[in-house]
Amino acid sequence: MRNVFAIAGVVIKELYRRKDFYVLFVLTALITLAAAAVHFFHEPNIVRYVKDLCLLLIWIAAWIITIATAARQIPMERESRTIFPLLAKPVTRGQVVLGKFFGCWFASGIALLFFYLFFIVVTGSREHYWPIMEYVQAILLQWVMLGMLTALTLWGSIIFAAPSSTVTIVLVAIFTIWFLGPHLRRIGIEDDQPMFSVAYFIIPHLEFFDLRERLVGDWGLVPWGACGLAVLYAAAYTGLFLLLTWLGFRRKNLST
Amino acid sequence: MMKNVSPYYWLAFLLTASFTMATLFVPSAEWWNNAPDEKLWQQNGSSASDNAFQMLLGDGRKMFANQFFVMADVYFHSGYYPSIFDEHEKDLDVAAGAEGKAGDSDSTSDDFLGPPQDWIDALGRNFEPNKHTHLDAGGATGNVKATAVEEILPWLKLSAEMDPQKIETYTVGAYFLSTVLKQPNRAEEFLREGLRNNPENCELLFAMGRLDYEDYHNTNLARNVWELAFKKWEALDVKTNEEAKLTCDEITVNLGDLERAAGNYPQAIHWLEDAQKVSPAPEALQRQIDEIKVEMSAQPAAPTNSIP
Repeated sequence: MRNVFAIAGVVIKELYRRKDFYVLFVLTALITLAAAAVHFFHEPNIVRYVKDLCLLLIWIAAWIITIATAARQIPMERESRTIFPLLAKPVTRGQVVLGKFFGCWFASGIALLFFYLFFIVVTGSREHYWPIMEYVQAILLQWVMLGMLTALTLWGSIIFAAPSSTVTIVLVAIFTIWFLGPHLRRIGIEDDQPMFSVAYFIIPHLEFFDLRERLVGDWGLVPWGACGLAVLYAAAYTGLFLLLTWLGFRRKNLST
Repeated sequence: MMKNVSPYYWLAFLLTASFTMATLFVPSAEWWNNAPDEKLWQQNGSSASDNAFQMLLGDGRKMFANQFFVMADVYFHSGYYPSIFDEHEKDLDVAAGAEGKAGDSDSTSDDFLGPPQDWIDALGRNFEPNKHTHLDAGGATGNVKATAVEEILPWLKLSAEMDPQKIETYTVGAYFLSTVLKQPNRAEEFLREGLRNNPENCELLFAMGRLDYEDYHNTNLARNVWELAFKKWEALDVKTNEEAKLTCDEITVNLGDLERAAGNYPQAIHWLEDAQKVSPAPEALQRQIDEIKVEMSAQPAAPTNSIP
């Protein structure tokens, strides 16, 4: 595991060397603060629209950071030929995949913490209400979902030729799943298209990890049992995607 | 550092910064070219955001107005709302109070989810709003203050900016501002904004009269405003549809109640008889008229001036 975490450490350092996080954080902060600066009917306590907007931006920013970070890991190592000295350490290909995964996952977790810290400060200072456990659940579930997304992107980076195509395809897939996923079965039944129903049970469902509406509407805590099931669900898909990544990477010709 | 950052990021950053600056500074600087001073500009009711939306979207902005009004209904239900794949109710609950209808926060008619279809559906419901509630009746947890209904106001304001001719936006906003948030002055401001954009509208005048009667307790002003509302209703081209009948019913019944409370019984009977022509329940109004007649007969006769 030492090798795995050594590789992960390098990936985390890459997060603060690259500018993606800073740019997305500044954009999120600027848009949120501009929205919060608007006063409607001179009511200073109106906050839900700010929460709604900020959480949406956090979700989109977290996806972009995670996918952009994970998509370039293995292709860049191949392109710069640093994969050869890395594998000569000796480090197995499985350890490379795991190291890259944990690095990207932890990096996205660190970014997520900064985003949520900003969100909590901005909304808490306005509504004077601090539902810490609800925030913990939201961060935990979103982070678990980002783990699943990291594994999916790593698998995509083995299949597709360039990081740019991996990023585009995974982003489109994720947006589609996010928007259509919960309704696929009903569409399949109504349009008599069994393929949709099959897809409904195969795709990873992102609605288990999206607590935005609950946070905005102050719905309180999700039962911890349901959270545990969602974590197990994500762990199963993450494991599956990592296995597929390893299977693809194991036989991959590394010379470009 | 400058070399390492992609020019696209710089472009995105500059665009966001420009937009942010514009949203902050344009509203305060809008009057510069249009009025001698800011006070006069605001008195004339010119809204900077209205101009900005008009400039950016033209008449297309009206398309967004309805969506923003629906967003107010979404917030009113704390996010428990049908998606585009679910069946929608025609009448929005957020408008029920302003239209004089009773709220149905505990009804099951809005349970669009139905029983879970499978384990994914069942598990997913733990992570989303899953109960029909209203923000002015306890909200999601049942113990949210009624004043939390202020959260719908940004959407109503945006809806009014997008489509200044959407009357429902003003009446609903004014209803919550005056009844729940106890801010009749803000409600009046919002209604006046609506009247500036729709000077002939009888629904807005009716809402204004209700504000004068129920919040300011100014009977004379309320009477004048409602009578003006009735005149505007009479001048309508189409008076036979249900919406127009309901408006007339509200105006005349309220005028009848006002005159009855003021002791002007013949006037009260006159208005209630007018209301009977459009009301879905004329029998109930007849009972009120009979009651007034009894009150009239029980009243002592007015003293006559006699010369000793």
